[in-house]
Amino acid sequence: MSATPKPADLAHASLAQLGGLLDRREVSAVELATHFLGRIERHRNINAFLDVRPEVTLAQARQADARRAQGETGPLLGVPIAHKDVFVTRDWATTASSRILEGYISPFDATVVESLAQAGMVCLGKLNCDEFAMGSSNENSAYGKVLNPWDHGAVPGGSSGGSAAAVAARLAPIASATDTGGSIREPAAFSGITGTKPTYGRPSRWGMVAFASSLDTAGLLTIDAQDCALAFNAMLGFDPKDSTSVDRPREDYTRALDIDLKGLRIGVPTEFFAAGLEPEVEAAVRAALREYKDMGATLVDVALPNAALGIPVYYVVASAEASSNLSRFDGVRFGLRAKQYDDLLDMMRKTRAQGFGAEVKRRILVGTYVLSHGYYDAYFLQASRVRRVIANEFQQAFSQCDIIAGPVTSGVAFGFGEKSADPVAMYLADLYTVPSSLAGIPAMSIPCGFGRLGRPIGLQLMANHFDEARMLGVAHRYQAVTDWHTRVPAGY
Amino acid sequence: MSLKLADVHRIALLARIEITDAQAQESADQLNDILAMIERISRVDTTDVAPMSHPLDGVQRLRPDAVTEQPDRERTMVNAPEQQDGLFLVPRVVE
Repeated sequence: MSATPKPADLAHASLAQLGGLLDRREVSAVELATHFLGRIERHRNINAFLDVRPEVTLAQARQADARRAQGETGPLLGVPIAHKDVFVTRDWATTASSRILEGYISPFDATVVESLAQAGMVCLGKLNCDEFAMGSSNENSAYGKVLNPWDHGAVPGGSSGGSAAAVAARLAPIASATDTGGSIREPAAFSGITGTKPTYGRPSRWGMVAFASSLDTAGLLTIDAQDCALAFNAMLGFDPKDSTSVDRPREDYTRALDIDLKGLRIGVPTEFFAAGLEPEVEAAVRAALREYKDMGATLVDVALPNAALGIPVYYVVASAEASSNLSRFDGVRFGLRAKQYDDLLDMMRKTRAQGFGAEVKRRILVGTYVLSHGYYDAYFLQASRVRRVIANEFQQAFSQCDIIAGPVTSGVAFGFGEKSADPVAMYLADLYTVPSSLAGIPAMSIPCGFGRLGRPIGLQLMANHFDEARMLGVAHRYQAVTDWHTRVPAGY
Repeated sequence: MSLKLADVHRIALLARIEITDAQAQESADQLNDILAMIERISRVDTTDVAPMSHPLDGVQRLRPDAVTEQPDRERTMVNAPEQQDGLFLVPRVVE
């Protein structure tokens, strides 16, 4: 056996590099799993993980090693991953970071979890997030806040805060996540890593705890775009168990990684650079756009006039769908049941009052109201119409460009408690990410610099439906000439 | 329009969430802030725009009505808050 890399190097390696080490038998899946489990234990203070079961992880790793010993190969075989706690798992508890699901053990694995396990990925455990994926700071978790590895005084972003912090701190080389209105891209930007949401309907929603079914999209937090493409190859595909899964042939998402940027038209929406965008973020994003121009791309101005209405539309549509989806938590068949109650109705009311956190209750109430008799047309129906107006504007923009680029967030990661007292201020954190979620198009965040207090800044790339391979290629070309994505926070 | 205390209590009952008067007051203020923000969508002229309920305008796929799998009863019942003889227990609803 050739020289084993130093432990610190091992954790800083990309998924592609880890696959190479496994291929050459320079490291085993068990050694990798052991190494990452050790780091998870050492950095428990950032609270990224909710459930870790080393014996189950090591059993999966031994299985991956056995498959390699039998001659099987594959870029993911034996590589560790951690899953956001909204993907149900048979071998780890699934709580969606809610009290109402404390200790819940699913009888089956989510399709995303199953597909990646079939490709040989070894699960390290379950990751903290905002309760039912509702939030932009991970402060809504019933199991405590997650610290941003770059600055322990800053939020990691949300709702996939644990996923982002785990990858940023290199406690896992890759993590699954979900994006309903920006829950992959915003934490990726705040945590200095790569976060990608594919086209709605490409990843299966089977076994993903439902928040807003017409928006919920599984994706990944990774070190770079290439790693994402490798894992998408195993993760994305038609699933008959998901009624909105898109029936299209599987694709090789690595096929456009070396795309020629000459002639590529990058659309720059003027509305994404309007008042409210902090100068340090604008400077970093514009510098990244210049980099693309230097590599041969053409920048064109595009218009998304109603993108700013994305937030109000989103909070009608997502809350309405959430109020319906979360009606299943009633204390009858699974989850928490209140200890004392008078009758069935009282049991449900008390169970939900005790089991849900403040933000989840708020959204259920908003959703119940906008769907209620007399308000449905003015709120839900009008929001669904404006949603189409926004989606049409994207189609108009994509008639003039191939990729749309802009900021992910208006500023760098904010501090704990800074926005939690004002729900509307927190909602506005998703201003630039919500429009593409409403349109169902793929979008990603890649690191493009640092702002005040050394906190990371992200560049957002958006592509038309089913064009994620090109989007990943455009990201990869930037990452081939910059090193923002390889930076690791001090102490990790 | 803005929500009054009684409105919040009515919505909370519909949503099956117990709420105290103090919580209802706090919720009324927050919900009114959120609804004021949402109000902006009323300004868009959507006369000839069809509502969008699925980003790809997909339709619900149907499958043949056939048994495809058996639930794992034991693993499912593990999560029941209260059970007896493999059945879910709930408060009496029929006298």
